Amino acid sequence: MIRIFGILAGLFFSLSVLWAFISGAIAVAPVLGEYGQFTEPMADKVFHEKHPPALHLQSDGPFGTWDLAQLQRGFQVYKEVCAACHSLKFVAFRDLEELGYDKGQVKTIAAGFQVPGVDPNTGEATTRPGMPTDYFPSPYPNEIAAKAANNNAVPPDLSLMAKARHGGPAYIHAILTGYGPEPEALKQQFPDFKVPSTGHYNKYFPSLAIAMPPPLTAEGQVSYAEGQPKPTIEQMSTDVSAFLEWTAEPKKVKRTQTGWPVLGFLLFATILAYLAKKQVWAALKPKKKHTA
Amino acid sequence: MSFPWAKQYEPKHPLMRYLDEKLPMPRLVYNAIGSGYPVPRNLNYMWNFGVLAGFCLMLQIVTGVVLAMHYAANSQVAFATTEHIMRDVNWGWMLRYMHANGASAFFVVVYLHIFRGFFYSSYKAPREMVWLLGVVIFLLMMATAFMGYVLPWGQMSFWGAKVITGLFGAIPVVGEPIQIWLLGGYAPDNAALNRFFSLHFLLPFVIAAVVILHIWALHIPGSSNPTGVEVKSESDTIPFHPYYTAKDGFGLGVFLILYFAMVFFLPNYLGHPDNYIEANPISTPAHIVPEWYFWPFYAILRAFTADIFFGLIPAKLMGVLAMFSAILCWFFLPWLDKGPVRSGHYRPLFRKFFWFGLIPTMLVLFYCGGAPAEEPYVMLSQLATAYYFLHFLVILPIISSIEKPEPLPYSITEAVLGKDEAAQLGDSADTAK
Repeated sequence: MIRIFGILAGLFFSLSVLWAFISGAIAVAPVLGEYGQFTEPMADKVFHEKHPPALHLQSDGPFGTWDLAQLQRGFQVYKEVCAACHSLKFVAFRDLEELGYDKGQVKTIAAGFQVPGVDPNTGEATTRPGMPTDYFPSPYPNEIAAKAANNNAVPPDLSLMAKARHGGPAYIHAILTGYGPEPEALKQQFPDFKVPSTGHYNKYFPSLAIAMPPPLTAEGQVSYAEGQPKPTIEQMSTDVSAFLEWTAEPKKVKRTQTGWPVLGFLLFATILAYLAKKQVWAALKPKKKHTA
Repeated sequence: MSFPWAKQYEPKHPLMRYLDEKLPMPRLVYNAIGSGYPVPRNLNYMWNFGVLAGFCLMLQIVTGVVLAMHYAANSQVAFATTEHIMRDVNWGWMLRYMHANGASAFFVVVYLHIFRGFFYSSYKAPREMVWLLGVVIFLLMMATAFMGYVLPWGQMSFWGAKVITGLFGAIPVVGEPIQIWLLGGYAPDNAALNRFFSLHFLLPFVIAAVVILHIWALHIPGSSNPTGVEVKSESDTIPFHPYYTAKDGFGLGVFLILYFAMVFFLPNYLGHPDNYIEANPISTPAHIVPEWYFWPFYAILRAFTADIFFGLIPAKLMGVLAMFSAILCWFFLPWLDKGPVRSGHYRPLFRKFFWFGLIPTMLVLFYCGGAPAEEPYVMLSQLATAYYFLHFLVILPIISSIEKPEPLPYSITEAVLGKDEAAQLGDSADTAK
């Protein structure tokens, strides 16, 4: 009885889904020539570069380490360029000690930022110089102010940006260097496509039109300390991507460095476990017959 | 229960004798996973995954309880406390990655455990109850994992919660009130997050309780084995300890190597980048995808794109019914698949449908569930869904009535040692017992 009900239920589900398959197939039939495209492709589907070019950082891979000089340069780019619009709310000034700054330097950096505070005499909201325990302040008092200042687009917080996009730091680097004029092929193929007046063409951005104006426009926009590489747009983009890789996961290098001894111990323990298993099970093997 | 030749617990130390009189806990363990549990001697490595699943459950409970000490289930701060765990809590990043990847590891071993059950028909009598309880555990796991994924309150947490709770809205007439009642609002928010956290904390202990029943039910008939032939005599079995404790120890080592390689070197590989963006009810992600372990069932849900019976059953309701039925039909397997032979090794017709039907179908569903809802993935998942239901509900019942199984070995001992050896055990095995 269960089997008869089972067969009926099975046929019901299978036939229903096949019905959906057939109705779908009928809908597709007129454009079967271009299987898989119900409508004309959109400009952003054709011209969007889905995969950012590879970016190699010293922190990559299971043996990666932080390039502290690069992280300091990246922090400088963030502070002098990105911080004008983007917050970094999960990073505290004290965390900067991990980039090789000493306590005094961190204090100075923190004091350079104005953070929200309360006037001790009047109790009114005001600002005060930051302390190492403070977090990076937002450049806007609230979201409405952020929208108002940026044509209705809120500049996202950058703390986790390197983990929140496919490609991570490579994506950030690609966006920073992916600006340019609309290609001629795009104008010919999609005459209707238009970057809105508040947008900027960027081939790595999913809609091809990003609200952020090109932030790094000229070599030497940030002046690096002596002995550091030349601050080309490429160099600054790479440095700030490396910095944001650190802000996204400050414990990344500690993680991979912890991994090796753990795996080493487990490998050793597993070999022992295998030998123990072999020895225990050897007792079960039938004794070989003595052949003459 | 056990076989008559099972070894008896004999406490030697006076303290253990005293304990055995008052609270025979050591006796229970001895008979459950010690020398007092005789197990078929021919279990292969596919039989390791039950123990590994139990290990994963404990791992999730331990890491989860510590994470809960640092997490705050409030939609205002949930995302920030998750980052607090990653940045400021000592070894918090490791705990969180162990917990997140632990969920994936748990599903990997449980899927392999279920795969073992399918191939060797472990669900057949006399182990129906073991199977039924196993399906209950699987359903509880899915509920727990879903609610756990909501807790970090990222974009995928929020939109995943919205899609899954939206399924209840497909129920005719009462659907929407039920959905609002379950969520405590019109969309997932603080009320939903709070109850999900509470249930996510509770359900693992419910799972642990059902696991105890699962093992209890298993110990009545004893473990199945790759031949599917029942235990006939003492020479067919070996005590669980030391033989299978040693084998499981090795299996656990291999598992831990793979698991910690993920935790330390690819901790976000199985996650979605969007979940590192804080939940935003007014910005929908381009593609809403659940965690990988839900993909096959998500594909079934989305395969139903047309109304049935001229709109009597809307496509969405049909998808929800099918998704739940896809797992609920497993409950009936012991009665749908009737044949007396268990092991796929001796079932030629079953084997063909298993390897060339079910397994490719599951892989297609898995792939399509993670892909965007575009062609050709929708059509592929429709064909695979059709086969999925045909396989369990139509093909298995028919196979089991018409199939002519291959000859079975007389006994487990014969299968292991061969006929000519006259089922002879080594001398040392006797002394080992």
